[in-house]
Amino acid sequence: MEDDMSERSEGRLRVLYFAALRERLGLAEEEVDWPPAGGTVACLRAHLAARHDDLASLFTADALKIAVNQRYADAKTLIRPGDEVALFPPVTGG
Amino acid sequence: MIAVTVSADPIDPSDALARFCRAAEDVGAIVHFLGVVRGRSGDVQLREIRLEHYPGMCERLLEERARAIAARFDLARVAVRHRIGRIRPGETIVWVATAGTHRRQAFLGAEALMDYLKTEAPFWKKEVAVDGRSWWVAARASDEAARRRWEQMARTGMEPTAEDSVKNTG
Repeated sequence: MEDDMSERSEGRLRVLYFAALRERLGLAEEEVDWPPAGGTVACLRAHLAARHDDLASLFTADALKIAVNQRYADAKTLIRPGDEVALFPPVTGG
Repeated sequence: MIAVTVSADPIDPSDALARFCRAAEDVGAIVHFLGVVRGRSGDVQLREIRLEHYPGMCERLLEERARAIAARFDLARVAVRHRIGRIRPGETIVWVATAGTHRRQAFLGAEALMDYLKTEAPFWKKEVAVDGRSWWVAARASDEAARRRWEQMARTGMEPTAEDSVKNTG
């Protein structure tokens, strides 16, 4: 049973972008390769900065917010293949 | 009882309040707050704002915060409605309501919920000027400071209790 799950998601990660970040990248979401054993939020930021090297500063910015499975995450949060990850600027609702 | 709605449909504040009051029985205090779209940004006249959100996380976070605030301030009901999409000046963008035994808890709960909503709920606001120019609104440090104040109060226990409210009533 567990094998079914990991087979579907192994090595891939779905990353969502919102608002100004989505517009700057020209992307609402993308899929990236991801280690089957997982990696931290800090790793993902470095990975995305390298992948979008002309826009690397978007991924290294202190203000950037990251949610893993719809919860706010910090640099040490572990991300596993198949998780839903979202990157976005500081929020401005209300 | 917690009610969270995120929708492109217009918010009718009097209808929302009437429904909330009907559902809130045996309470002594109801507070509601409306956030309204401003017609100007600095010197620029606005045509509309556009509200983007993160579906799923947004509703979930609002529900969790509303539930936590109901527990913290001993409120019987908390409701929040937030609009998304295109919204014109003068229209309601957000409505929150709280119902409890005493007014102090209801006021504090509504204020705390707004401070958390503004700094945590994944919404993003773009302003569109009458001439068609548009830009994303920047987050404000003062909103962040307002949220931290509630966390500080929770840690130090420096918030009014139900007993204080009883003493202060009248």
